[in-house]
Amino acid sequence: MKRYFRELSVAAALALLLLVLALVAPSFFSPQPLLSRLTAQTPSLVVAVGMALVIICRQIDISVGSQFGVCAVIAGLLAAAGLPLPVVLLASIGSGMVMGALNGWLVAGLGLPSIVVTLATMVTWQEALRLFQQGKFVNLPPGTQWFGLSQLGGQTALICAALVLLALAAWAMKNLAAGRFIYAVGTDAEAARLAGINPRRTTLGAFTLLGALTGLAAVMNVVQSPQVQPTFGAGLELKVIAACVVGGVAVNGGRGNLWGVFAGLLLLAMINPALTSLHVEAHWEKAIQGLVILLAVVADGLRTRRNRR
Amino acid sequence: MSAPLLQLTSVTKSFGAVRALKGVSFDLRAGEVHALLGENGAGKSTLIKVITGAHQPDGGSIDIKGERVAHLTPASAHKLGIACIYQQPALFPDLTVAENIGLRLEKTRSFARVDWSARRTRAAELLQRIGAEISPEAEVCSLSMPEQQLVEIACALGAGARIVIMDEPTASLTQKEQHLLFAVVRELRASGVGVIYISHRLEEIFALADRVTVLRDGESLGTNAAGELNETQLIQLMVGREVSHIYPPAESAPGEVVLSLKNLGSTAGGVRSVTLDVRAGEVVGLAGLVGAGRTELARVLFGITPADFGEILLGGKRVSISSPSEAIAHGIAYVPEDRRRHGVILEMPVAHNITMAVHPALFPGGWLRFGAETELAQKFIHDLSIKTYGPDAPGSSLSGGNQQKISVARWLATKPKLLILDEPTQGVDVGAKSEIHRIIRALAKDGLAVLMISSDLPEILGMSDRIAVMRSGTLTAMLPGKSDAHEVMAAALGKEAA
Repeated sequence: MKRYFRELSVAAALALLLLVLALVAPSFFSPQPLLSRLTAQTPSLVVAVGMALVIICRQIDISVGSQFGVCAVIAGLLAAAGLPLPVVLLASIGSGMVMGALNGWLVAGLGLPSIVVTLATMVTWQEALRLFQQGKFVNLPPGTQWFGLSQLGGQTALICAALVLLALAAWAMKNLAAGRFIYAVGTDAEAARLAGINPRRTTLGAFTLLGALTGLAAVMNVVQSPQVQPTFGAGLELKVIAACVVGGVAVNGGRGNLWGVFAGLLLLAMINPALTSLHVEAHWEKAIQGLVILLAVVADGLRTRRNRR
Repeated sequence: MSAPLLQLTSVTKSFGAVRALKGVSFDLRAGEVHALLGENGAGKSTLIKVITGAHQPDGGSIDIKGERVAHLTPASAHKLGIACIYQQPALFPDLTVAENIGLRLEKTRSFARVDWSARRTRAAELLQRIGAEISPEAEVCSLSMPEQQLVEIACALGAGARIVIMDEPTASLTQKEQHLLFAVVRELRASGVGVIYISHRLEEIFALADRVTVLRDGESLGTNAAGELNETQLIQLMVGREVSHIYPPAESAPGEVVLSLKNLGSTAGGVRSVTLDVRAGEVVGLAGLVGAGRTELARVLFGITPADFGEILLGGKRVSISSPSEAIAHGIAYVPEDRRRHGVILEMPVAHNITMAVHPALFPGGWLRFGAETELAQKFIHDLSIKTYGPDAPGSSLSGGNQQKISVARWLATKPKLLILDEPTQGVDVGAKSEIHRIIRALAKDGLAVLMISSDLPEILGMSDRIAVMRSGTLTAMLPGKSDAHEVMAAALGKEAA
């Protein structure tokens, strides 16, 4: 209980928000808009899972938005060329892995600071994509949207897939040695190295996995619309990093829980629709989101200060 | 005679259960060089930190120029004219000499305009006063270590320091640089500054000091005029005679050679040509002063720092070790010195800490088996009598001694052939200390080869079957376990035993 206090308090805040909505604006819970809203969050959730691993490892990756855009365009072009969806999916995941591994290699192999490395790759992928696409949309063949299912079926499939992936990753972080290595390396890389853990391999793995998940998330986004826009993924990095921070992942590594990240993402994502339902001007969304993030950071700061005493 | 510059009376200071200073009195007069001597861990650094205001004493009093100072902080110590020159100068490497001096000495008003020419002139003047040929325009990172020390001294002079503390200032200097430094120290003395001089080099003490105070185990053994003592007497004072603690007897007969080093060296690690054998069932104590290369040798053996030349033989076979995981695979275990930083991950539970180095063996395929983990942790909690409320307790909830036992347990779990312990009882209370000694002895009896680095001379003498002494990266003596403290200290100091 005490150990997961941080995660539980985010979940409580989310529950409180939902309760207020249930009382004041029950229309918020009518199935179709709710389902659409949740579906829209699934790609972010998948990327946030990977981002959480990288942040727990005491690194950061701000290039995920650009990776996402590149993967989405690759997936779109392959789908438009008539390749079957499984092939498109693998190609997108593979492209993400390559981009993630490149970040990981620069950070872990060469020992460069991740914020600078991923800033550089962020700009590089973004501009490369802009040059390549010239702002053009990719029209997808029929049968791509919602995997060729009904909208309801597609949405259900996406939400289920994201939740299964989240549960799997949360389980792995707890039950696989690799998960524990990530926590150990993020807490104290030198201590981990002295215990025979390879911090480089762990870091490289976290970045590569984030890339793969970003590739997967790109496809999950592509199938939600009839065409791929080159702006897919813009601002995604801020959104998922914010979800991690609000969800209790320590920015200086070593601490964090994927269920907390889930709660954090939902809390941030529900602010806008909640405002609409409560008839507050939606302009307040960003300000309130910022406030929530600030609150989370201050809470973590106070916590570490108290622990240090 | 007027009041001394500095007068400490019965100063005490404890860190947790460890009493670092047990009522030390010390005084410094104007125009003298007062040497402070003692083994590693005798309390010198703590005393210095009390004088510079970095530590608050638990008891006793401090008078400066005859006036009682109630609460000394680093800032007020600076104002009172106390300056400390550390072995590693604390300068800003990317700024110039003049900028560094200016930062220390100029009144800091955030928006005052910097008077560059006055800053340069003052820097040049100060450097000239101590006879240093350093350009005020030079960037500090381009200076050698002694030059940086001279800059520090210039800062101290510029601040009008009356009390200058020098902590092993010659440790990294060449002969010629030392003479320059000595001249500066003598000049400081002539100008009425009181100098507290810490050094392990006895010849320097006799060349420079007017009076000598010896510390041992946090107590002062009195102050003498330097002329009243000879080297032998000084060493005798430093090491003491009685062993304050009963060590478990050696019971095992050494078996075959487990580790054999032939001219092992590492330029990066500062280890020069070490030849050494460690047998199964024996404890080899590795003695020496701080900086003698003992931890560096351990780091080379554990694959943290690469070896450049020489051979490492394990069980008679030549091996090369380039990473900790390779060392572990070869049956080497290393309990590092700084347990808080590298030995135990304090945020993680006891059980995770204990199994951290045995993942491949305990969890084949990378699947954690919590049952097996808890069982292993329980076993070590019982075997080493680790006091914790359970395997799930975070490492930070344990006392220092018990954290150290976890660090040891982690390595015993790897079933090593060679166990390297680096300062195994540093910062551990007396009870836990003898328990750790009992554990080490029991491990040796079970046939483990133990290499124990320690700066605690009684511990070296009480625990070792043989004692290897290092100085400046080389092995200077190989002594039997029942050696005299005097012999070990003499070898560590580079003196012939008298």
